[in-house]
Amino acid sequence: MREIDVSIITDKIKELCINANCVLNEDVYNAINEANKNEASPIGRNILSQLMENADLAKSKFKPICQDTGMAVIFMEIGQDVHFTGGDLTDAINEGVRRGYTEGYLRKSVVSDPLIRVNTKDNTPAVIHYDIVKGDRVHIEVAPKGFGSENMSRIYMLKPSDGVEGVKAAILDCIEKAGPNPCPPMVIGVGIGGNFELCAKLAKKALLRPIGSHSHKEHIRKMEEELLEKANMLGIGPQGLGGSTTVLGLNIETYATHIAGLPLAVNVSCHVTRHGECTV
Amino acid sequence: MNITTPITREKARSLKAGDMVYITGVIYTARDAAHKRMLENLEKGIALPVDLTDQTIYFAGPAPAKPGEPIGSVGPTTSYRMDAYSPKTIELGLTCMIGKGARNEAVIDAMKKYGAVYIGAVGGAGALLSECVKKCDVVAYDDLGSEAIHRLEVENFPGIVIIDSRGNNLYATEPQKYKK
Ligand code: SF4
Repeated sequence: MREIDVSIITDKIKELCINANCVLNEDVYNAINEANKNEASPIGRNILSQLMENADLAKSKFKPICQDTGMAVIFMEIGQDVHFTGGDLTDAINEGVRRGYTEGYLRKSVVSDPLIRVNTKDNTPAVIHYDIVKGDRVHIEVAPKGFGSENMSRIYMLKPSDGVEGVKAAILDCIEKAGPNPCPPMVIGVGIGGNFELCAKLAKKALLRPIGSHSHKEHIRKMEEELLEKANMLGIGPQGLGGSTTVLGLNIETYATHIAGLPLAVNVSCHVTRHGECTV
Repeated sequence: MNITTPITREKARSLKAGDMVYITGVIYTARDAAHKRMLENLEKGIALPVDLTDQTIYFAGPAPAKPGEPIGSVGPTTSYRMDAYSPKTIELGLTCMIGKGARNEAVIDAMKKYGAVYIGAVGGAGALLSECVKKCDVVAYDDLGSEAIHRLEVENFPGIVIIDSRGNNLYATEPQKYKK
């Protein structure tokens, strides 16, 4: 049994929240740069250059890339041989979010009740997913997620008879309907299988995978490539003002499902797809 | 093209979809919560905190300012959430909205009827856009935090006219040209 004091988790979460919001990951940055070389629209190229300039500036001044510093989504993979000491783990995670968003000058965008809507003023609580794995380590992933793009996400409870074609059509439909709203170029996370709530979680997890990484399942890898190409033929372009760069990356995660169902979730993200991780 | 605020109805009518503009002057931020409160208060007979005649509203909620800076990152938020309120604010005198993303027919009809423009700022370029803000003060609804109404003094704030007062709409026309 390995003991870990929860204050270590608080410190890590704080750092990851600030870093993820101020420094754009290399995979996303490089994808924008590549897209800029191939973008057909002059306005589109101008916008993509501004996005790179924005990311450079955010990094050098260490300020948020985008003012919507999101709701903090946290994936905790906890080794089953770990014993946490010094307090409640969930409280420690939220304390890390609180400190990160306060000390890092990040925007507080969370309301305590979805209907009464009073801002909690410290961006807590986070959305936390716990997974128990083997071993004695803790892997933390922090993905602050803005809601301009989150609001464009969809769940489809398809029928088995809809098949691969039905899945592809739904994904492209979701991207097309999102249009200019999620600050294209977008990054798309797709979850297929599981049930109602698991497909949504898979879609979110797919967004954590670097752009350009591929599923190790051959048929899924092909689908990722085909959909990326088709999405970029929709014409939406940077900021929805037309062009050949609509989606920078499209990742799919899958899971077993029920004989009667074909659940599909599409989590739409933007060119400020943020993600940071560490292992304790 | 350089434009200075306030923007008269006449000047708003002269702007065309596709115009690249650099805005200098005073603009006000307001998001969902501020719009809701403004218009609900108006129904109760409470005057607006700002006279909207010829004014510009930027749909945005800034990140907090670091010490020594006027404002934190401040890019546009998605505008359709303000569709429920914009026909009324336009009727009350608003001539220019800055945001990102599509608007509905009711908003476009009001823009045509009264003379107003919708300008897109680059969504997600919050750090870059914050460099154009020289001064920032909260003028109303302080309790809303980032969603309070902020008065910004901007210099050469870049945008592109997306929907003009004739209803020409880049979101409708431009993607078609690149669709395969
Ligand atoms: S969709 Fe992304 S880039 Fe656009 S405002 Fe939201 S977080 Fe920022």
